[in-house]
Amino acid sequence: MTTRFFGAPITRNEDPRLLTGQALFVDDVELAGLLHAALLRSPLAHARIRSIDLAAARARPGVVAIYTAEDLGAVWKPGPLVVPPPPLEQVVYHTRTQGPLVKHKIRHVGEPIAFVVAESRAIAEDALDDIVVDYEPLPVAADLLTAAAPGAPRVHDDLPDNVAAQLRQTKGDYAAAATRAALVIKRRFRYDRGCSSPIETRGVVAEWNAKADRLTVWDTTQAPVFLRNGLAGVLGLSERQVRVIAPFIGGGFGPKIVMFYPEEILVPWAAMRLERPVKWIEDRSEHFVATTHERDQIHDAEIALAPDGRILGVKDVFLHDMGAYDPYGLTIPLNSQCTLLGPYAIPSYDSSFTCYFTHKPIVTPYRGAGRQHGVFVIERLLDLAAQALGIDRAEIRRRNFIAPDAFPHDNEIMFQDFAALKYDSGNYAPMLDKLLEMIGYDAFLKDEQPTLRAAGKHVGIAVVCYVEGTGIGPYEGAKIQVQSSGRVSLATGTGTQGQGHYTSFAQIAADQLGVDVRDIDVVTGDTDQFYWGAGTFASRGAVVAGTAIDQAAKVVRQKILRTAAEHFECAEQDLVLENGAVAVNGVPGKSIALGALAGLANPMRGAVAAGTEPGLEATSYFGPPYGATASGAHAMIVEVDPETLMLTIKKYVVVHDCGTIINPLIVAGQVQGGVAQGIGNAFYEQLVFDAEGQLLNGTLADYLLPSALEVPRMELAHTVTPSPLNPLGIKGVGEAGAIPVGPLFAQAIENALDLPAKGIELLEIPLSPNRLWQLLGGS
Amino acid sequence: MPVASHERRLGAGRLVRRVHRRSSLTACQGPPRELPPRRMKPAAFAYHAAETLEQALALKAQLGDEARWLAGGQSLLPAMNLRLARPAALIDLNPLAALDVIAPTADGGWRIGALTRYRGIERDARIARAQPLLSEALSQVAHPQIRNRGTLCGNLAHADPASELPAVMLALDARLHARSAAGARWIAAADFFRDIFTTALAQDELLIEVELPKLPARTGSCFLEVARRRGDFAMMGIAAVLTLDQDGICGHASLAYCNAGATPQRPRAAAQALIGRRVGAPEIDEAAALAQQAIDPPGSVQADAGFQRHLAGVLTRRALRRALERAAAPETPA
Amino acid sequence: MSATRHRVSLTVNGAPRTTEIEARALLSDVLRHELGLSGTHVGCEQGVCGACTVLFDGLPVRACLMLAVQATGHAITTVEGLAGADGTLDGLQTAFRDTHALQCGYCTPGILITMRAFLDEHPAPSEAEIREALSGNLCRCTGYQHIVDAVLLAAARRRAAA
Repeated sequence: MTTRFFGAPITRNEDPRLLTGQALFVDDVELAGLLHAALLRSPLAHARIRSIDLAAARARPGVVAIYTAEDLGAVWKPGPLVVPPPPLEQVVYHTRTQGPLVKHKIRHVGEPIAFVVAESRAIAEDALDDIVVDYEPLPVAADLLTAAAPGAPRVHDDLPDNVAAQLRQTKGDYAAAATRAALVIKRRFRYDRGCSSPIETRGVVAEWNAKADRLTVWDTTQAPVFLRNGLAGVLGLSERQVRVIAPFIGGGFGPKIVMFYPEEILVPWAAMRLERPVKWIEDRSEHFVATTHERDQIHDAEIALAPDGRILGVKDVFLHDMGAYDPYGLTIPLNSQCTLLGPYAIPSYDSSFTCYFTHKPIVTPYRGAGRQHGVFVIERLLDLAAQALGIDRAEIRRRNFIAPDAFPHDNEIMFQDFAALKYDSGNYAPMLDKLLEMIGYDAFLKDEQPTLRAAGKHVGIAVVCYVEGTGIGPYEGAKIQVQSSGRVSLATGTGTQGQGHYTSFAQIAADQLGVDVRDIDVVTGDTDQFYWGAGTFASRGAVVAGTAIDQAAKVVRQKILRTAAEHFECAEQDLVLENGAVAVNGVPGKSIALGALAGLANPMRGAVAAGTEPGLEATSYFGPPYGATASGAHAMIVEVDPETLMLTIKKYVVVHDCGTIINPLIVAGQVQGGVAQGIGNAFYEQLVFDAEGQLLNGTLADYLLPSALEVPRMELAHTVTPSPLNPLGIKGVGEAGAIPVGPLFAQAIENALDLPAKGIELLEIPLSPNRLWQLLGGS
Repeated sequence: MPVASHERRLGAGRLVRRVHRRSSLTACQGPPRELPPRRMKPAAFAYHAAETLEQALALKAQLGDEARWLAGGQSLLPAMNLRLARPAALIDLNPLAALDVIAPTADGGWRIGALTRYRGIERDARIARAQPLLSEALSQVAHPQIRNRGTLCGNLAHADPASELPAVMLALDARLHARSAAGARWIAAADFFRDIFTTALAQDELLIEVELPKLPARTGSCFLEVARRRGDFAMMGIAAVLTLDQDGICGHASLAYCNAGATPQRPRAAAQALIGRRVGAPEIDEAAALAQQAIDPPGSVQADAGFQRHLAGVLTRRALRRALERAAAPETPA
Repeated sequence: MSATRHRVSLTVNGAPRTTEIEARALLSDVLRHELGLSGTHVGCEQGVCGACTVLFDGLPVRACLMLAVQATGHAITTVEGLAGADGTLDGLQTAFRDTHALQCGYCTPGILITMRAFLDEHPAPSEAEIREALSGNLCRCTGYQHIVDAVLLAAARRRAAA
């Protein structure tokens, strides 16, 4: 079987539609009689509602209905715990999830109080002004340290304090390691993130067809199958009555997978009640408070080292900001906890975290999903160690790499998929070597930097490493079917938000089936087309769905060959499957197009042998035993203006290992996009809340997304350690670029401004010219 | 709480900071401060397309503060889209093509009309030669798509103290021409900007054009800003103008800063420190220090007031060095 | 406040179109919903992200910062007007496909419009010039590199064909 498509930089199947404006995004859905919704959102972070007066709003022409929590009746309930805490004895977890509308108490700015449905969005917004709410403001615990302090205002009154969860995981014996150590370095680190800010905000459209007894929902969700199941349950329908379509989605990055966002309940519920389709499209300033964030952690971490820089152990105690509710379990802090170990052999580890509720919007995973925080801590500790021990920064990392023959490497703690944190494969030293060569590390430190410094240019270089757990379970599935037209249909339960699934998934199947990648129609995100799946998150699509596709394609291939062998009355080995047809090798004229063969496999009359299944189709599922560990290293050269503290990236290199590559163009795009978000996270983006829990910069003018002038050209190279956990050897790559950029910036700026010599350490992210000025003693 | 009239003109991206600052003045009393409610899609208004200038002015006189002028709309529409501005009526000037004008004045200056878009100005070779400060500042304003529609006069009437162009007008001693149904008057730039988003224009007036005086021989100028991203409002910006006499002594200096107070700031003492002297590093340092002391930057999410003040010093030194080089350069027009 | 309808007659992608809308209706919304051209996307309605960029009398502008009433008598080009009548991708669109310059595709129409106008004015742009021209369009997926590659490629192909 020749490999024409797998591994090739194939241009994408989905692009022509997207390039011509013909792809359906949620706000493109137009339905007869469509109504438009807007939500009245709380202006206060913590308050009770004394009264709501809807009279004037209801009287406004064009307003069709206004609902509050009471109107929902039994449909009102706190949402499910989407991700339970890990099954560890020692875990503490208090589940407090969000309801579809505020019932008694407001717990964050932006929490929805009323749902207005009108003939147009503009009229719905007019009606919001008509609504009069009497609030009783309450004291606010707006940040981690305030929420953690004794006597803090409580986010959930039935809990004794604001602790949402606690977990400690250990291996080895850190205390002993610290006693033996030549050096112990301890610091407090702060890692604050922001929000995903995709260019398309969220949206939900719902249509209830009473005659057909079916509900159709278009939703910018990354998990359409679970949304379908959940909605059916909440609305008292059977799963078969509900169709969830995740159309083209303008960027997901994690926060488009929450169960439930209030609107995901309200819009379908209202559509059923009003018997008219309802549309809600999130506006941008709404997005800043209505879609989840990923934020704050404070780490008190220490590292114990041998004189040669080898790590004897790490201890970390950290706080994590959950926001007002915690539907998403411990995914983020677990990722922080686990990913801190990095590509390093760390014999002893003692990591504990406490999660706090705060009066802020919910925190759920956003690209990297907590890995950034852990990577920041270990990479900064290693930099401090390098400085203290007089060891080169790249060298100290090299000395601590897990050896290439030590895989699978069991880290002895539990990962976010509730499986042991085992690294399946990896080879880190060649990755670092390649990186140092591409960035010109030695030459820069020896020649370029001193020369430029003498000329008054403050340039610096940085190198960081990380691993990324990808491709976790539970499972995904795929159904592949040769149609009578000869085109192949490939359906999976995942959704797509730009990762190129319409192409990469087709590439996997194309070679198996002997068809052109352009002749495969991929369907994702439609629960009517494929019933089962978990969703698109955690860099798992290619690995998990990809493997299911590969398995299904192999089964279909066998069916093709068996059916054709029967048809031609020959042995299967004599058949050649390519270019959309099956032919008998060396016998001209004995060839049948796949479409015709599919017709033969589904006869309208006659008898079939026992055990025959109709058609050339197969459905297959795959769930890995644990995740595949990708890895990478980034290097950067920057120039910092010592007076304005503005920064220019002069060179940026990524060497990445995501196992077997399906499509190098798509992989490059994922890495570059991830780095761009990492740059935003490191130096531009920060959600700024005041002590009252008010978001002060909730607009795109004030929350700074990097543009083409802030993101440099990057050089990208790959090393490949295939994953033994799936037949294709694939590892995920979706989040990789975003993960190590924080410590990269901190290290580079320290190097550019020679901060260690000044006794100044950068122990927090994000940084900015203003923050650097403060840290440098400005006042 | 009642919405003050000037708040209706608040630019979208700036309101958040503006209200925060105002609220901090009323500190601990009263109910907890709230930011303006999040709303989308403009509130309804009556739309009038101008037919003639006279008709438009008469309409504005009749409607007063309830009506806003619509020129480029690049500041007004964002505010209206977020319902931070809710005019009862809009008078659309765009049909009045004659207002789009860049023309020389009798004494070597330049007139720029109410509908003249940034795009027209930045592509005008005559302006690039005769008014390099304006050209240099324009390249920092927003992005090409905004500059294709936005107008200089609209920007000045909007009076965002963080915007580049009010500072440029101040530095150049520009004159602003206000027309109403009742007549017309000239307002010096120094008198035009009254407060954040507030100008000297009366309810019935239109800023119909701006007049930039001719720059004398041996004048060098420089516009510099520090912004987080290209096109963003500056954390600090300076418009500097220096004129040397034939002996290289500074005969005139003008320094204006954006995002340095409730209006563009022009610290006279800083400029005075240069006049009558041969400008070198010590004089520049002195001017920078005086400027830093004089300005009152508001501080924001992007930059503490202290950092803004620090940047003012840095930019003053850099801009003055550059302006000096340009003033002394042989090709400076005589 | 009156809900007066205003009649707007404009040319969109070369075809005369007429519609009646409220004064407050934004050009972006009217193109998308009244005129059925949903290729122009809305990202912020504040003029920052650039997703809604269209050509207005040949110049790229933010459709979210214009009232539809202002468009009467003018010519708009949207992303739907870039490809050939038979759907053949134009040079820039083809280059975008070839260099993988789009991922989710949401910001893409605004960028195609902006870059189309830019290339018409700058047939031999440098990378720095392209990035500056691109700086008014935000993309959250690609990191911009492949977009820059696409514009360089389209420019080179145009010059070669000339």
